[in-house]
Amino acid sequence: MRLSDQLRVAGIGIRARRLRAALSALGIAIGTAAIVAVLGLSASSQAGLLAQIDRLGTNLLTANTGQSFTGGAAQLPVAAPQRISHLPDVEHVAHAGAIENTNVYRSPLIPVVETNALKVRAASLNLPEVIGTSVAQGRWLNPATERQPVTVLGALAAQRLGIDRVYPGQRIWLKNQWFYVAGILKPATLSTDIDTSALIGYPAAERYLSYATVDKGKAVAGPPTTVYVRARTDKVESVQGVLAQTANPESPSDVDVSQPSDALTARAAAKGAFNSLFLGLGLVALIVGAVGVANIMIISVLERRSEIGLRRALGATRGQIRTQFLSEAVMLALLGGVAGVAAGALTTAIYASTKGWAVVIPVQAWVGGIGAAIVIGAIAGLLPALRAARLSPTEALRTL
Amino acid sequence: MSRTNVLELEQVTKTYGSQPPVHALRGVSFTVRSGELVAIVGPSGSGKSTLLHILGTLDRPSGGTVRIDGEDVATLTDRRLAALRARSIGFVFQQFHLSEHTTVLENVADGLLYGGVAPAERRERAAEALIRVGLADRAGFRPGALSGGQRQRVAIARALVGRPAIVLADEPTGNLDSKTGAAIIELLHELNADGATILVITHDSGLAARLPRQLHVLDGRIVADSAARPMEDA
Repeated sequence: MRLSDQLRVAGIGIRARRLRAALSALGIAIGTAAIVAVLGLSASSQAGLLAQIDRLGTNLLTANTGQSFTGGAAQLPVAAPQRISHLPDVEHVAHAGAIENTNVYRSPLIPVVETNALKVRAASLNLPEVIGTSVAQGRWLNPATERQPVTVLGALAAQRLGIDRVYPGQRIWLKNQWFYVAGILKPATLSTDIDTSALIGYPAAERYLSYATVDKGKAVAGPPTTVYVRARTDKVESVQGVLAQTANPESPSDVDVSQPSDALTARAAAKGAFNSLFLGLGLVALIVGAVGVANIMIISVLERRSEIGLRRALGATRGQIRTQFLSEAVMLALLGGVAGVAAGALTTAIYASTKGWAVVIPVQAWVGGIGAAIVIGAIAGLLPALRAARLSPTEALRTL
Repeated sequence: MSRTNVLELEQVTKTYGSQPPVHALRGVSFTVRSGELVAIVGPSGSGKSTLLHILGTLDRPSGGTVRIDGEDVATLTDRRLAALRARSIGFVFQQFHLSEHTTVLENVADGLLYGGVAPAERRERAAEALIRVGLADRAGFRPGALSGGQRQRVAIARALVGRPAIVLADEPTGNLDSKTGAAIIELLHELNADGATILVITHDSGLAARLPRQLHVLDGRIVADSAARPMEDA
């Protein structure tokens, strides 16, 4: 018997009872849709994050104060940023110094313990452009304001202090004095500690917060605690290799060098790990769907005894009857699977486009979804098909 | 004029169950030659249905020999029996057994589905068979749109489409009024005149009397065979 005939005969059984076929395929459709949507959404959000990393650039390196050999806190030399800027293949260098034991409040009336986990950092003037952010509102520091009690807030810092708009004369309470708020930064994805900071100029830090260290016999503002380095994209590794020695030639091991985009890439990979709870639910729906298909096929065999008898009389072998019912079950499940993949893909497309992500449906999601549907249909249809084939022709015709 | 035997039964018995055994057939022997039109007639419970199943190879006899188109049924596997049904036997049922989900033409073409005939040829031959039963203009209809008599004609066309050695008709007029039934018998006569070998199973002795040869079955035995007379007299 030809394949086209097999398909036609199997199709007649489904077309004859459309509503019933649709309902029994629904379970499988829901299961497949859930699985495809879970895989598609996690892949799409991963793609979105990777695209963002690409936009921000992977050539940013940071040199942080690490721990000294004895376990105490190390310190970066004040001259580190300048030395690093002399390295070949380094394009831009910025730096920031975290000022310890200094908290920032909306007003002097706020209890001292409510620090909001915010930090005060002294920042070089080119910091925003080097770490890949810009001001959302107001202005960044300039050579004049960096000497004054003026601050620019990171995105989260502004949110936690309850400042959503910059207006003239707006102040915050910083180490027992008022600092004017000049601007608010956009989120800095590559260096999230800037988000929770109130940024001030180095001269202001020295003057108002006594943030100073001794260098070559005189007091200077600093030291920096993080140096941000933009290297030429194709030379990132060679720069990374010499960064520690350049920052602190005396004890390079006190310097922590890292590449922030690495951490983000790892986060993207973690986002790609799909939500196992929803996958499990999808699997349960698939199993329920399989039971539905098996149920419908068993009823179908009982109802269609006369058709089975007739087909045997027309010369169908047991094998052909078995194949007919088996392919009907597989076709039913396949319809459900295809509908489910379409629904899952649509869900992914809609959600991803609202988030501005690229729509990614992994091949294994839809191939796996349809493949699982076929396997489930075959398993669900096996018992009913064997029953149909075992039915003796006289018995099948007697019920008439 | 030499005619081959399409059907030969020798001492066929069929017993169902064991406690107590039911003897549906108790040694049936007869021969049907190519081109005959035969009625097997008997009251219900006489063993006609069992005989039909055995003639149609839907069931195997408990004893004796059945030869269809020269082949001893007992030696054939299930698969070969199915092939024999597809090739050599056409069935007509009291309840028609047409599929409501396809057209009249497809229903007739399904008579060739298991005989290894290509789809295009199946439809071509089905159209010819519909012409033979006078329903060429109903080819595209659903069986549900036809009258009972027309449906039985479709079923007859399906039985004939493979040009089988023998057509087995089980109470073909049982679901029809007497006038329509008479037309169906008339059709069977015409098809027989064209060369088809037809065996009609019926409880209606009036109907049987209108066919050239009658085999009377009672309690699992052939009690009378009108072919005992020389056929030339008929």
